[in-house]
Amino acid sequence: MASPPLLQATGIEKSFGAFRVLHGVDFHVMPGEAVGIVGPNGAGKTTLFGALAGAYPANAGRVVLAGRDVTALPAAARCRMGLARTHQIPRPFAGMTVLENVMVAGQAGAGLSQGDAVACAVAVMERTGLAAHANRPAATLGLLDRKRLELARALATGPDLILLDEIGGGLTEAELETLIALIRALLADGLTVVWIEHILHALLSVVTRLVCMAEGRVLAEGEPQAVMAHAEVRAAYLGSSPE
Amino acid sequence: MMARLMPLAAQDRALILCGGLLAIGLALLPAVASALVVDKLTLLFIYVMLAVMWNLMAGYAGLVSVGQQAFVGLGGYAMVRLVEAGMPPFPAILAGAVLVAGVAWLLSGFVLRMKAGEFAIATWVLAEVIRSLVSFDPLIQGETGTSVLALNAIDPDLRRTTIYLMALGVMVVMLAGTWRLLAGRLGAECQAIRDDEEAAASVGVSTMRVKRQVYIIASVGCAVAGALWLASAITFQPRTAFGVQWSVFMLFMVLVGGFGSFTGPILGAVLFFALQEVFGDFGAWYLAGLGVVAILFALYLPRGLVGLWQDRGRDEPLSIRKRLAAPGDQV
Repeated sequence: MASPPLLQATGIEKSFGAFRVLHGVDFHVMPGEAVGIVGPNGAGKTTLFGALAGAYPANAGRVVLAGRDVTALPAAARCRMGLARTHQIPRPFAGMTVLENVMVAGQAGAGLSQGDAVACAVAVMERTGLAAHANRPAATLGLLDRKRLELARALATGPDLILLDEIGGGLTEAELETLIALIRALLADGLTVVWIEHILHALLSVVTRLVCMAEGRVLAEGEPQAVMAHAEVRAAYLGSSPE
Repeated sequence: MMARLMPLAAQDRALILCGGLLAIGLALLPAVASALVVDKLTLLFIYVMLAVMWNLMAGYAGLVSVGQQAFVGLGGYAMVRLVEAGMPPFPAILAGAVLVAGVAWLLSGFVLRMKAGEFAIATWVLAEVIRSLVSFDPLIQGETGTSVLALNAIDPDLRRTTIYLMALGVMVVMLAGTWRLLAGRLGAECQAIRDDEEAAASVGVSTMRVKRQVYIIASVGCAVAGALWLASAITFQPRTAFGVQWSVFMLFMVLVGGFGSFTGPILGAVLFFALQEVFGDFGAWYLAGLGVVAILFALYLPRGLVGLWQDRGRDEPLSIRKRLAAPGDQV
């Protein structure tokens, strides 16, 4: 392919104490691509997101974002370069309202003025179904709305690339349809998406490439149906998952 | 799409107007009030400054320090040193604060890397280390201390009024400045860091820069308060100037008034001042009484005096909370 990857990670290793979670993971996303990541619990998917987003430094490996080596850059700097993420377990700013949660993301992540941040927050909250809760303290939101808030905050930073960590879990079928439509719309807007998800039919209806991880390594990657048909993937993932 | 924030409530605008009028009235007060009243009010203004600065750090940015006495003491010490070097005492109060800003900047790179509990302990240890270092200064003579004799050369009434007006001016600037900062981007970033530092970083908040700014502002504020206190007390003794009681007072005022609210520390400072006026002569019993008051607040009014408003489902006075004016389909 002619264009360089939007994000390229090579040889990512990560240990927490003596426990090694990632064993030299290579990962890349092309601009505008929708990539899915699957794998059993404990495969290191969320840890990989943390290393890509800069939540903690990797023990080894290199991360290149939009042609720039960001391995040494903290999360905030990567965010301002256009890399946003949602957290698997939502992390709202509990002492602030929903509006304030989204506004601070627009101000800090996209460098918006207060007035522009309000407009951006309103647009993002409408898109993510939070408009009715704008003035509520984030601490009073239920789990689903907290997940929506994760997405709203990430979008408010004006990303080129968004890392979604299991935002579909716990949704009803109808809510899942809405979420899929939203992700498709984001892709149509030119956003690049990487999505960790256990709900396979939702994931497969959006992504064009699939990565399967197990025990801190990439087991298989490529065309989604081919990856799911892969013998090792079936053994590692489907064999141990009720999905 | 017309999206705009709810404007400042009418009561809040009235409150700001009243505050402004009160400040003007207070500025004229020395013309009529007794020396005792002027001295007492100066002390109250200093308490307000300390409470507001501690709340900015702890209540908004989550930086719970028990070592701000380092900067109260350094503010006084810088003044002592500058006066010794030939600077007139009143400019030295403000110039000293600039020096303290440098010290706070140096220390911030090291203490702000720590997590909550470590941070609290490190700030206290640092304050003790700084107190020891200052008491090695031959000018200070260990625990003996020294006096800013240049102040004695000034006419007592003029001195009292000048310190009073400086304290009033600094307090007003501090309140207005803190309000502006908190209502803007820095305030939002502080609260995000307080609520979840990693999540704040993930939405682009430069957590170290923000914490550093707040730490330096709060330290400079404490330094000015410390220098003003020294100016009215005249004698500088390391044990008093760097005493941990300053942190205890700050904590008490903010917790009793309302942690993380704008008006809370002001109310807390007034209450603390009143308690000290009424019960201050009872010595150790007074301190035990303060402890009992703090425990009662923790049990029955954990959000402090401003909690009285919040419990009725309203924002406290002068809240920096942002709300949408017309949130389309509000349910």
